[in-house]
Amino acid sequence: MSSERDTPFVTDDTQVQTETRDARMTGAGADNRFNSKLREAFGSSPFILTKFDQFMNWVRGSSMFMLQFGIACCSIEMMHTYSVKHDLDRFAAGVPRASPRQADVIIVPGTIVSKFAPRMKRVYDQMPEPKFVVGMGSCTISGGPFQEGYNVIKGAEEVIPVDIHVPGCPPRPEALIYGVAKLQQRIAEGESSPVTVKPYELEQFDDLEQDEIVEQLADQIDEDDLVMRYNWADSP
Amino acid sequence: MSLEEPTPEDGAVEVLPTEGDEIAELLGDLVVDREEHVNAPGFVIRPDSVQETLRRLRDEAGFDHLSCVTAEEREDRYESIYHLTSFDDRQREVSVVVPTTKDDPVSESAEPVFRTADWHEREAYDLIGIEYDDHPDLRRILLPDTWQGHPLSQNYDQDRPQIVTLKEWENPLADDHREDAGDTMYVNIGPHHPATHGVLHVKTVLDGEQVADVDPDIGYLHRCEEQMCQTKTYRHQIMPYPDRWDYASSGLLNEWAYARAAEDLNDIEVPEYAQIIRTMGAEFCRIASHMLAVGTFALDVYGDFTAIFMYAMRDREKVQNVLEELTGQRMMFNYFRLGGVVWDLPEPREEFFELIRDFLEDLPEAVEEYHDLITGNEILQSRTIDTGVLPPEVAKSYGATGPVARGSGIDYDLRRDDPYGYYDELEWDVITEDGCDNFSRLLVRLKEVEESAKIIEQCVELLEDWPEDERNIQANVPRTLRPEDDKEIYRAVEAAKGELGIYIRADGTEKPGRFKIRSPCFSNLQTLPEMSAGEYIPDMVASLGSLDIVLGEVDR
Ligand code: SF4
Repeated sequence: MSSERDTPFVTDDTQVQTETRDARMTGAGADNRFNSKLREAFGSSPFILTKFDQFMNWVRGSSMFMLQFGIACCSIEMMHTYSVKHDLDRFAAGVPRASPRQADVIIVPGTIVSKFAPRMKRVYDQMPEPKFVVGMGSCTISGGPFQEGYNVIKGAEEVIPVDIHVPGCPPRPEALIYGVAKLQQRIAEGESSPVTVKPYELEQFDDLEQDEIVEQLADQIDEDDLVMRYNWADSP
Repeated sequence: MSLEEPTPEDGAVEVLPTEGDEIAELLGDLVVDREEHVNAPGFVIRPDSVQETLRRLRDEAGFDHLSCVTAEEREDRYESIYHLTSFDDRQREVSVVVPTTKDDPVSESAEPVFRTADWHEREAYDLIGIEYDDHPDLRRILLPDTWQGHPLSQNYDQDRPQIVTLKEWENPLADDHREDAGDTMYVNIGPHHPATHGVLHVKTVLDGEQVADVDPDIGYLHRCEEQMCQTKTYRHQIMPYPDRWDYASSGLLNEWAYARAAEDLNDIEVPEYAQIIRTMGAEFCRIASHMLAVGTFALDVYGDFTAIFMYAMRDREKVQNVLEELTGQRMMFNYFRLGGVVWDLPEPREEFFELIRDFLEDLPEAVEEYHDLITGNEILQSRTIDTGVLPPEVAKSYGATGPVARGSGIDYDLRRDDPYGYYDELEWDVITEDGCDNFSRLLVRLKEVEESAKIIEQCVELLEDWPEDERNIQANVPRTLRPEDDKEIYRAVEAAKGELGIYIRADGTEKPGRFKIRSPCFSNLQTLPEMSAGEYIPDMVASLGSLDIVLGEVDR
């Protein structure tokens, strides 16, 4: 615009602003207090060129809302991970939300038993997409020390898909942080976890295959009630 | 029904029947047969005279504490065992054994005599399959309603499929209100809810804003702890499990419960040096556990995630550092062994003692801070004083123990009343508060932290001066333990939440025939409906927080 004319005054505000800013931030004698990572990567230009989905992945990984979800012993270590000393918040992943509808990540910290699995599935279903699951502790891998129990689900993966498994009984907070960081890395790289077959699903009672136990329960359960059927004999 | 204890008239000291023969005389022909358990005399009675027997024992012999109900299936019969003791003298114990036949396992309920029997008998019905006549509400408690079979009975097939429902909950009082009295409203809290401290489900019915009915629904963390212990060997395999009962860092306290029962069952003497280490470690666990209780209580009462909760966590981290030095683990210590502990204090010892001393030095200031922030805070005071009132007679009838009982003025602490470890050699006090409300329970916990610190200090002094060649950390215990067939024992310790008891019946093999856990949280939680009837929802939540339950121990 006006810059072509040889005028003593610069009338283009934008240009003045840009120049001033560049001088301050990138030019010689730049103020070294402007030293964010972003600036290093992109310079001072107000534009970033990236693919939108890459950008979204980066955003997702860098601001994760965790579901406040305590089940068993592991949740004590999870609380320590959120609190002073370990402070998961430093890694952009520390805001525990009480409602599944506000959460991106669910850390499953403990043993899942038959009575709880349908409720956990319900909570997981209530989280908005995209959602991620960190399985914390041996119990969510295989049932852990209670693997042989009559009432214990042999791992969270039987009910919901799991992105990251953190082994340990309980895993130390450092291990959980590592697991979360790995998840962030995967998200930023746009990797998705493999689709797994979940043997235990919520289904309507009348959709179940008719057999002995279904007949026994027929007068206790309504036909359209949601149920979860456990075939223990097929469990690992 | 009177819950009052018989009071000795004119100040005359009444001698209560304690010895087996005296009790037998009191019970007369109610007794069919006699047994000897390691901890107490056992009396076999008929299944239809349960109430009469228990009432007589309670009113005439002062056995006012139904500590535990154990149910089991034997080769030829079912058995319910009522472990009775007394709040005034914990060392008086008696077991009432009620056998029933295999084809008709029905016996009379003890609920009209001891309210705590309600849940204990529901559990017995759920897991073993004994039915109780006259029980107000006999349904499953730990397993889902639609479960088939009783998993701790013999011949249970663990591989059969099961179906569990996911239903909308219904208002249990919906049809109950009078025509024009207005409706009640059902509020569902949990099983996934931040205020329930885990996976507890509280079915609440409101009348206006007041709580009309509360029904805690448990079993969302029932992970078969008893089955696990029954399939493991005494010597090494059971010890890791207690850490996972009350997992709010009470590991060593729980391990002690198992160690104490199994050591008495096998006549193992623990060296003094190991007892001191145990005592010290256990008190550290108590501090960590009470810190968590206080922190989460403040979180419940005024949603304060940033200050007090973090303070509590900070102090817990310090305790965990000490425990990690000692045991190698932050939470699941697995540090006790039958006959002692697994290894000696870490070298260099001076540094370890230094670490403890630092902690003890900072503690008074930290506790002062808690008092400033919590107990001296008017908001908290107006939320907790005179809410969740639990009168002592009610607490006793529900078998409440630990800080819950002591907050209701019941002077009952197993560390003093049934001494074990090194407690009776040390100087410390049992804390009680007479307020019976949420505030008292909080105060008891904070004061107990200071008492624990006293105990630890004395232990450290003893350990420092202990001669080097007498540091005996483990007794000589055989590789395999096979207690005699049919030897039975019920032993308890004072865990962070109260009386944690273990019943073991040996069957002549290296694994227990029956392993039953008496969890303090289970009994304490039963008082919730009593405490919150007529209160507002937030007060109910505060009461729940002040009970300090850990679902791993409630459900086992
Ligand atoms: S993995 Fe271990 S610590 Fe975690 S919930 Fe399971 S038993 Fe508890």
